[in-house]
Amino acid sequence: MSSAPPPINDAAQHMTTNVPQALALGMRLVSVEGGKGRMEVPWREDLVGDPDSDVIAGGVVTSLLDHTCGLAIHAADPENQLRPATLDLRIDYMRPAAPRAGVTAEAHCYKITRSVAFVRAQAWDVDPDDPIATVQAAFMLSAR
Amino acid sequence: MSEAASHQLEAFLQRVPYVRFLGMRAELAGDEMTAILPFSEHLIGNTMIPALHGGVIGAFLEMTALAQLSVTQGSAKVHKTIDVTIEYLRPGRAMTTYARADLRKVGRRVANVHVEAWQEARSQPVASLRGHFLLAND
Repeated sequence: MSSAPPPINDAAQHMTTNVPQALALGMRLVSVEGGKGRMEVPWREDLVGDPDSDVIAGGVVTSLLDHTCGLAIHAADPENQLRPATLDLRIDYMRPAAPRAGVTAEAHCYKITRSVAFVRAQAWDVDPDDPIATVQAAFMLSAR
Repeated sequence: MSEAASHQLEAFLQRVPYVRFLGMRAELAGDEMTAILPFSEHLIGNTMIPALHGGVIGAFLEMTALAQLSVTQGSAKVHKTIDVTIEYLRPGRAMTTYARADLRKVGRRVANVHVEAWQEARSQPVASLRGHFLLAND
């Protein structure tokens, strides 16, 4: 553990502190580096999707995944010149999250052109190798 | 049918905390449901435009599918999402959004559902969803 933590740039910080939906869900920035971004949403009573199990709603996971994909695009565009708009988002739900568990998501922007970004992401509750959901998404990019 | 459907829908909307977080409502005409998402500050994803968060639109479409399934299937349990594909067609602007779900096929275990959301005109949808849902049986 000799390496310093990666710098968290202003644009990434802006995504957690200046976006009303991110604030409303209590999203936290975990890391952003080299085309990858990671964020989390802690469990909260008002975010439950199934009152029988107290599992966090799929909609919260959708917002977190979409937002984390945007973060990964920032990470792949260090000069912050491009503004992404979601074209499509395909989410597979492997299993429900554990009862009363928060969710973490990591997205990887694995290809970026002048007009399009391609992103994969996954979300988990406890173990990154045991995901609750995976995502494949495409974003349209425009100049800021 | 209509009274039972309206009872099922109310039960779904009341029971799910996240539905209240979104501020989502719904209206029934027979067994046809229109979901309504009034604009609210906390749903914004881009303050410059301002526009609804893409995740919020996706979540609203998904909750519309689940609400319609609760009306039709008559189960108090929440059905489970298997997969969804969300297509974004226009920015969701700072105004009320509506959605309707089309149950393309409801089998014994799985339902295939298409949902479309619009704002000012139904002919100009802001987003659509196609998804599969695992049905909860009482």
